[in-house]
Amino acid sequence: MATEARNLSGVVGFFSGPGAILKAMEKVKATGFEKFDAFTPFPVHGMDDAMGIKRSVLPYITLVGAITGLTIGFSLEYWTSAVDWPLNVGGKPFNSWPAFVPVMFELTILLAGLSTVFGMFALNRLPNLKDAAFDPGITRDRFAIWIGVPCDLQQAESLLNSLGATDVRKVYQEGWF
Amino acid sequence: MGSTTASYQQDVLVTGGKNYADVNNDVAKPLESFPTTKWWVCFGTALAAFGMGATLAALMFMRGLGVLGINQPNGWGSFIVTFVFWVGIGHAGTLISAILFLFRQKWRTAINRSAEAMTIFAVMTALLFPLIHTGRPWYAAFWLIPYPNQRQLWVNFRSPLLWDVFAVGTYFTISLLFWYIGLIPDIASIRDRAKNRIRKVIYTILSMGWRGSNRHWSHYEVAYLLLAGLSTPLVLSVHSVVSFDFAVSNLPGWHTTIFPPYFVAGAIFSGFAMVVTLLVIMREVFNMKNYVTIAHLERMNKIIMATGMMVGYAYACEFFIAWYSGSAFERFVFIQRAFGPYWWAYWTMAICNAFIPQIFWWKKMRTNIAVMFVVSLFVNIGMWFERFVITITSLNQDFLPSSWALYVPSWFDWGIVTGSFGFFFIWFLLFVRVLPAIAMSEVKGVMETSHGH
Repeated sequence: MATEARNLSGVVGFFSGPGAILKAMEKVKATGFEKFDAFTPFPVHGMDDAMGIKRSVLPYITLVGAITGLTIGFSLEYWTSAVDWPLNVGGKPFNSWPAFVPVMFELTILLAGLSTVFGMFALNRLPNLKDAAFDPGITRDRFAIWIGVPCDLQQAESLLNSLGATDVRKVYQEGWF
Repeated sequence: MGSTTASYQQDVLVTGGKNYADVNNDVAKPLESFPTTKWWVCFGTALAAFGMGATLAALMFMRGLGVLGINQPNGWGSFIVTFVFWVGIGHAGTLISAILFLFRQKWRTAINRSAEAMTIFAVMTALLFPLIHTGRPWYAAFWLIPYPNQRQLWVNFRSPLLWDVFAVGTYFTISLLFWYIGLIPDIASIRDRAKNRIRKVIYTILSMGWRGSNRHWSHYEVAYLLLAGLSTPLVLSVHSVVSFDFAVSNLPGWHTTIFPPYFVAGAIFSGFAMVVTLLVIMREVFNMKNYVTIAHLERMNKIIMATGMMVGYAYACEFFIAWYSGSAFERFVFIQRAFGPYWWAYWTMAICNAFIPQIFWWKKMRTNIAVMFVVSLFVNIGMWFERFVITITSLNQDFLPSSWALYVPSWFDWGIVTGSFGFFFIWFLLFVRVLPAIAMSEVKGVMETSHGH
C-alpha cells in the first residue's frame, strides 16, 4: 500500500447523533474488539456503560490530595507556631488549633483540587502530543466510533457499515505539528 | 413552547432552532473576526482607566500612603472596601459553575463560562488591593506567605488577614483550574476551525490535544463533578473568611456572628448583578440572544431578588441585635450608621440593595432588559456602599470620642478604585475576543437533540 509508511491507527465510522452512536457502540462492544472508542462533541450519557468503562479512579486521587493538604496545613501551622518560633499572641496557647482550622481547610481544598486536575490529566495522558484529531468535525457535530489495530480491518469496516455508519475509513496516527 | 412559560421538563434552553454546528459558528464568530469599533472604544476606555489608576498607585508608592484618605482611626479605607467588593463579585461565578451544577440546573450552561471568567478577573482585581494597601508591595511576600526567610520569623496563623491569603489564593487557583478544565473541549473546537497556522498552533497547545474521546470524557466528567464539589464549600468559606477580617476584631458593628452568612449572601447578590450587567451587554454586542435568553436572565433576576432579601434581612437583624444586646456601644454604632455623618451611604446601600430589587416581583420587570440592566447597576453601587458602610462607620467613631474622625477618600482613592474597574474590563474584553464565551460542549449536551434515548 502507498500508506505503508504511515502508522495505521484503525477504522472509524460516523453516526448521526448521540442516540445512534449509543446503539452502535453496544454492538461494537458485543463483537469483542480489543480497542475501541467513541469520539463525540460532548459527553454522551450512557456511553460509559455501552463501552463497559468502569467508574474513574479519580476520586481516590482527590482523597489522597485532600488528606495530604490537611496534614501539610496542620503540620506547617503547628511547627511554625509551636516548635520553630513559639510566639505568644494575645496569651493564646502556642498550639491554638481552632485558629488553624481555616488554613487547614483551604489547603485541603487546594491540594484536593490540584490533584483532581493533574490526576485527570495523568489518567487521560494529557497533554496528548502524538495523536492528532482525525476529523475536525468531532469537536463540532460529528459522532465517531473508532476501532483500533490490532483488529480484523475488514470485519471492523463491515460492522460499522452494517450499523449504519457513514464515511467509514482507515485513520492513521499523526502528530499535531 | 414559550421559553419563559414552559414547564420545567419542556424547558427550551437554546432558541432559534439551532443545531450543533450553529453553536460553534455563533460562539466562535467574535473570535474569528476583527474587533468592532465598539470593542475598541470599550477597550480604550478600560486601558485609560487602568493607566490612570496605575499612575496614581505608582505616585502613592513614591510618596507614601498619606496621599490617601485614611487617617486615625480610619486605618482601612477605599482599598479594603474595594477588595471586599471585588472578591464578592467573584462569588456568583462559582455559584453558577459549581453549586448550580450540583443542583442539576441545566440553564447554567449558557452563562457559566462568562461568569467563571468574571470570577477569575474579579479575584485578580481584588488581589491588587491587599498588595498595594501595604504601601510597599515588594515586601508583601514577607508578610503574607510562610516561607523561610532571613528574619527567621513566620507569619501569624492566628490572624484572619493571613487566613484571607490562603482563602483567596486557593479560591483563585481552584477557580482558574475549574475554568480551564471547562475550556479544554471548547478550545479544541476553536482549534479545529482555525485556518491560520499560528492560531492553530496556539489553540492546539491550549487544548492539550483534546480529541473528544469517550475514555477521556469519562475521567473528565468525574473531575468536573469533583471540582464542583470542592468549589462549593470553598466559595462559602472565602467570603466567610473575608468577613472574619471584621468579625474577629472587637469593634462594635464588626464583632458579630451574622457576618459570614451575611457576607456570602451579599457576595452572591452583587456577583449576580455583575453577571447580569455583563451578559446584557455581551448578548447584545455578540448576538448571543438565542443562547442567553430572557428565560436565563429572568432566573438570575430571581436569584438577585432572593439574595437581596437575605441581605435586607441581615441589615434588619443587625439593628435588632444592636437593640436586644443591650450594649451601649453597639446601639450607638448602629444609630450612627443610619443617622450619623454617613447616613447618605447607609441609605444608598439600603435602598439599592433591599428595596430596588423588589421590582422583580413583577414578571414584566424581571423580563425587561432595560429594567434589569438599571437594577443590576444599582445593586453594584449599593454593594460597594455596603462595604463602605461596614468598614467606615465602625471605624470613624470607636470607643473613645477624642479619637473620632471622618474618613474622606482623596482623589488618589477614587482614581485607584476607578483603575481597578479598568483592570477588570481589560481582562474581560480580551477574554471575549480570544476564548469561547459560551460553553459550547455543555450547551450541546443540554440541547433537545442530545437526549440519546
